[in-house]
Amino acid sequence: MKEETLNIKPMETRGFRQFNLKKKLRISEALIQGLLFFAGILSIFVTVAIVYELGKEALLFFNDPDVTLGKFFGTTKWQPGIGQYGIWALVSATLTTSSIAILIALPLGLASAVYLSEYATQKMRSILKPILEILAGIPTVVYGYFALLFVTPILKTIFKDGIQVYNMLSAGLVMGIMILPLIASMSEDALSAVPRSLREGAYAMGATKLETSLQVVLPAALSGIGAAVIVGISRAVGETMIVAVAAGAGPNFSFNPLDAAETMTGHIARISGGDLSYNTIDYTSLFAIALMLFLVTLVLNLISQWVVNKFREQYE
Amino acid sequence: MENINYAIETNDLSIHYGSFTAVKGVNMKVERQKITAIIGPSGCGKSTLLRAFNRMNDFVPGCHVTGKLLLDNQNLYGKDVDPVEVRRKIGMVFQKPNPFPKSIYENIAWGARINGFKGKMDELVEQSLRSAALWDEVKDKLQQSAYALSGGQQQRLCIARTIAIQPEIILMDEPASALDPISTLRIEELMQELKKNYTIIIVTHNMQQAARASDYTAMMMIDDQRAGGVIEFDDTKTIFTRPGDKRTEDYVTGRFG
Repeated sequence: MKEETLNIKPMETRGFRQFNLKKKLRISEALIQGLLFFAGILSIFVTVAIVYELGKEALLFFNDPDVTLGKFFGTTKWQPGIGQYGIWALVSATLTTSSIAILIALPLGLASAVYLSEYATQKMRSILKPILEILAGIPTVVYGYFALLFVTPILKTIFKDGIQVYNMLSAGLVMGIMILPLIASMSEDALSAVPRSLREGAYAMGATKLETSLQVVLPAALSGIGAAVIVGISRAVGETMIVAVAAGAGPNFSFNPLDAAETMTGHIARISGGDLSYNTIDYTSLFAIALMLFLVTLVLNLISQWVVNKFREQYE
Repeated sequence: MENINYAIETNDLSIHYGSFTAVKGVNMKVERQKITAIIGPSGCGKSTLLRAFNRMNDFVPGCHVTGKLLLDNQNLYGKDVDPVEVRRKIGMVFQKPNPFPKSIYENIAWGARINGFKGKMDELVEQSLRSAALWDEVKDKLQQSAYALSGGQQQRLCIARTIAIQPEIILMDEPASALDPISTLRIEELMQELKKNYTIIIVTHNMQQAARASDYTAMMMIDDQRAGGVIEFDDTKTIFTRPGDKRTEDYVTGRFG
């Protein structure tokens, strides 16, 4: 150890000092705290306000003597103007298109995430990730016309007359392409966050790259991947433009992807864009659909959360 | 001396990161069923050298190795050598315990399974945990997460999973540096048990540990080009009592480092 080189005056020569330990008013601290609190409370307020408004108008719909929950959930034709209130006509299309989208986006997104995080060289990653992010930034209306004018004609050559011009398959496929970069990018973040020590532990056991990626890194990243899937599902269920353009313009209870059908979001967009007088059943029904949309998203989120909790492997 | 059985030999082994030479010209013969310690000041390349033994440095971009590393007369850096197979023969225990985020049972079974183990898994798990002196502590909670264990127990679990794949050599990279003194002692006792069946190479910062636990000691030091090298390699007793090199003497007597 070296000699003490710092020159500190001995205690005695410093003399007595009066310490001031009183609380000080720090304006910038208080200000920033206030601002941050405001930002937090604002988003909560907006959410509550939306739910309130939805609930209020939807209540008007359900209070109509003609509407019953039995009809709402128990029938499959939707045309409030003539007394048909079967929400399944719209829910079926939303579930079909979203399922197709997730079936496309989940495996492809996960595969590209594993490639980017475990296999790609630094250089490859620095090229591919920005491209993925550009893909995520394409306006959905462009995707919509891509589905209608590019994908549908291709499907036409495969299925011939079996497929309608507007169909859920084309919309679902393109929706899958749309959410793929989202799932890939978020999953890649989750995979990259898995500590290197876990990979090293696996490699030191004589594991191959594939065994390490799929059996050690992937399970450890599952909660982050689950979050990606939840966001992906929510995007798919809530997506409007693609389905409005390519899936069809009329409620149709069908789970056949080759059929034309209108999703909840597509229906809301179409009806609210037309002439609509306030306080008619057509008007209040939109809020009922929106509430249902909320519910579907919530249920799907709960299911994915449950799946993730069941299978994830938590590190630290 | 002719009958000595060497587990692994290095022949002018050098490790480079790009154009920088991190470890230069190491010649070592590591004896079978002994504990060989690698000591030296921080940054002298101890861990780099250790990681060269099971080709963990392959994962470091720009790292390449020259010279030879011989296991059973095969150069582990030969062109047709599969690093995955190398790591199955030469296991490794890391500085910070890194169990997999799986159950205690699965931590051991996983490595055996990917290595094609076909026997009775329950028996292998028990046997491995017993060899790592962990069985009595965990036998009632094999299905719990490995992260529920203490640091010392996690480290012994990592040793157990390494034993389960039956390697020839176990590399230990400061295995006790993150542990309390009691856990450290247990690891050292365990090493004495393990050397009956395995060859152990251990990197350690702790000179008492090297003196207590090892049979041979390699002293590493950096030269004026900042390349690390083994400056002295001998019986642990010799290194600590009458070292041949002045720098070794200064280091082991605590005059620097």
